[in-house]
Amino acid sequence: MTVSPFPRLPLGSAIEDLVTWISTNLGWLLDGITDVLTALTNTFQSILSSIPPPVLILFVAIISFALKFRGRSQKKSQYKRFLESIDLPILCVAGLFLIWDLDLWDHSMETLALVIVSTIVSLVIGIPIGIFASHSDRFNQIIRIFLDFMQTMPSFVYLIPAVIFFGLGNVPGVIATVVFAMPPTIRLTNLGIRQIPKELIEVSDAFGATMVQKLIKVELPVALPTIMAGVNQCIMLALSMTVIASMIGAGGLGYQVLYGIQRVDIGSGFEAGLAIVIIAIILDRLSQNLIPVRELKQS
Amino acid sequence: MNIPSLIQNDQGSIIEVRNLTKIFGPRPQKTLSHLQRGCSVKEIREKTGHIVALQNISFSVQKGEIFVLMGLSGCGKSTLLRCLNRLIEPTAGEILLDGEDLVTASADQMKSIRRKRMSMVFQSFALLPHRNILDNIAFGLEIQGIPYEERVQEAKKSLDLVGLSGYEYSYPDQLSGGMQQRVGLARALASSPDILLMDEAFSALDPIIRRDMQNELLDIQDRLEKTIIFVSHDLDEALKLGSRIALMKAGEIIQVGSPEEILTKPKNEFVERFVEDVDLSRVLTAKDVMKVPDPMIHVTSGPHVALRMMKEAGISTLFVVGKNRELKGIITADDALRAGKEGLPLQDIVIPDVVSIHHDTPVSEIIPVIAESRFPLAVINEEKKLKGVIVRGSVLAALGRSGGSV
Ligand SMILES: Nc1ncnc2c1ncn2[C@@H]1O[C@H](COP(=O)(O)OP(=O)(O)OP(=O)(O)O)[C@@H](O)[C@H]1O
Ligand SMILES: [Mg+2]
Repeated sequence: MTVSPFPRLPLGSAIEDLVTWISTNLGWLLDGITDVLTALTNTFQSILSSIPPPVLILFVAIISFALKFRGRSQKKSQYKRFLESIDLPILCVAGLFLIWDLDLWDHSMETLALVIVSTIVSLVIGIPIGIFASHSDRFNQIIRIFLDFMQTMPSFVYLIPAVIFFGLGNVPGVIATVVFAMPPTIRLTNLGIRQIPKELIEVSDAFGATMVQKLIKVELPVALPTIMAGVNQCIMLALSMTVIASMIGAGGLGYQVLYGIQRVDIGSGFEAGLAIVIIAIILDRLSQNLIPVRELKQS
Repeated sequence: MNIPSLIQNDQGSIIEVRNLTKIFGPRPQKTLSHLQRGCSVKEIREKTGHIVALQNISFSVQKGEIFVLMGLSGCGKSTLLRCLNRLIEPTAGEILLDGEDLVTASADQMKSIRRKRMSMVFQSFALLPHRNILDNIAFGLEIQGIPYEERVQEAKKSLDLVGLSGYEYSYPDQLSGGMQQRVGLARALASSPDILLMDEAFSALDPIIRRDMQNELLDIQDRLEKTIIFVSHDLDEALKLGSRIALMKAGEIIQVGSPEEILTKPKNEFVERFVEDVDLSRVLTAKDVMKVPDPMIHVTSGPHVALRMMKEAGISTLFVVGKNRELKGIITADDALRAGKEGLPLQDIVIPDVVSIHHDTPVSEIIPVIAESRFPLAVINEEKKLKGVIVRGSVLAALGRSGGSV
């Protein structure tokens, strides 16, 4: 083993000290966060699992069809638009039926609840940060260091502080997921606003808009396609992280995969994995069709 | 064709710019003091990295005129235009709008001026892609907090003005470039500002559409009498639109004047070079190339006087005028000689159907006429008063003098 001749930096122990300090002094904050996230997760989970599977499947089918149909060019005939839109609901129905059939419905709903909560929290924090970063070069430079850090650090590492501060269960899972899933939201919100043509910004200034008017009437709507790409990535990352978060006690499909690994049960591990893929595809397609094609084309 | 510059509006100036300077860079004020101590723009750029985009600009814009800022790329036209509504903060100087300085105006005052008094048309149209045409036009009114019904009403009027009724609910990407810029114009007009700032508004359009838009702008201007400050790098466009033109070079104004003045009395070599390759025949009018009608003869005079006048001037024809210099016709030396021998009055030998043209006729239309005509052309005004004469030589001389090509 190679030992450096220099005195060793006490980095690890410094981090440990920091962690201790936080848990002793900011306990109230951690408790508050725990309460809010627990409430959120439970609410979504109970809503989702209280809906009978056929109803939810039908609902997803209708929504997916409506979104895709709206996005098709209005120049085409209704029939053609219908044909182009029908593939998505079929995919959704087939996928969800398979999940139901494999008896993974409840686990899937738990995973979905985690993804929804993590995504909401990521967006609520990430979009304002992104907006701010787009208006301040200095802030942007600082935040970029953090974002690089967050995105390159192996995702497992987030699990450790999450466990220390929030114990085991869904809450630390959500926390780790948020940290992992938020960077693209920030980056793409920032990018979307910075990419707006200079003359469009000048339009709002030249017509005497206030900062808030400029943001709401010009910057956010024009950047929306890019921001939505960030939302899409955020959802995908959240899904993949909830699986990893099963290692610290988050429930759902990830736990089923972990269970399969621990028992070397290829069958159940594969089934749970397949369910994750199905959910991922459905979420991806739905979020991609959230805004009409016109606006996508403009970006 | 009416050259707009002839309609001189003397309603007083609406904008007055005094000693405006703009320096780009982190420490403009310090650089300004360098500049005032006499450092050259080039020195400043090389030593401090600051860019002096505008230097000591002064001019005034009359109410109701189209004032064109013209110059080569990078000479500071856009910067100057944006200083006027302070999208770019001037470094020094004054911009008086109806006597009030905009440079020292507060942010709130400026906001209100931008909302109500000045609006802007952009080179790239700059329509909001997510809004339909009506909502794009209503944008300025929306910013002002005008209720939906009312602003839609106004927007429709504006849309009508630019001839795009029927496209209310289309989206910008469904319209051609020319149509998009009409929307841009309609948006600027919707809040009924006094002043329109137009930055290369037609430069992105192809030539035919561009000419249409120019005519349309002149048309709208005739009806609404806005004050328009128009940036262009195209001399033909400037000559066509401009009541007056300011020619800029490297952040300074070299010459301000009417299109004719710029063309025919270029202040220095730069202006001369700039105007060199304009098709002068389209810009100059009869008024610019005619000679004073001297000599001419009154109809009550006699043939001997006529002959003597022709001999002295070395010409073989003479224009005949009546009361108030009203054009009667032309006489030739041969006829005058015959009349002198036979004792006829001038009246009997006047050829009445002489070719006469209005003094606003462009030279391009004169050239074919004069090529056909046996006699010099008479230039007259609305009351048939003889204003001047045009001989073949004078057209060529005028074009040649200004370096034009025919
Ligand atoms: N934000 C800026 N920072 C630094 N320099 C600038 C900035 N904006 C403009 N300049 C410089 O100021 C000068 C004038 O630019 P401006 O855009 O006003 O030129 P222009 O006459 O409008 O040219 P064009 O016909 O290309 O639009 C140029 O040298 C340009 O490089
Ligand atoms: Mg420019």
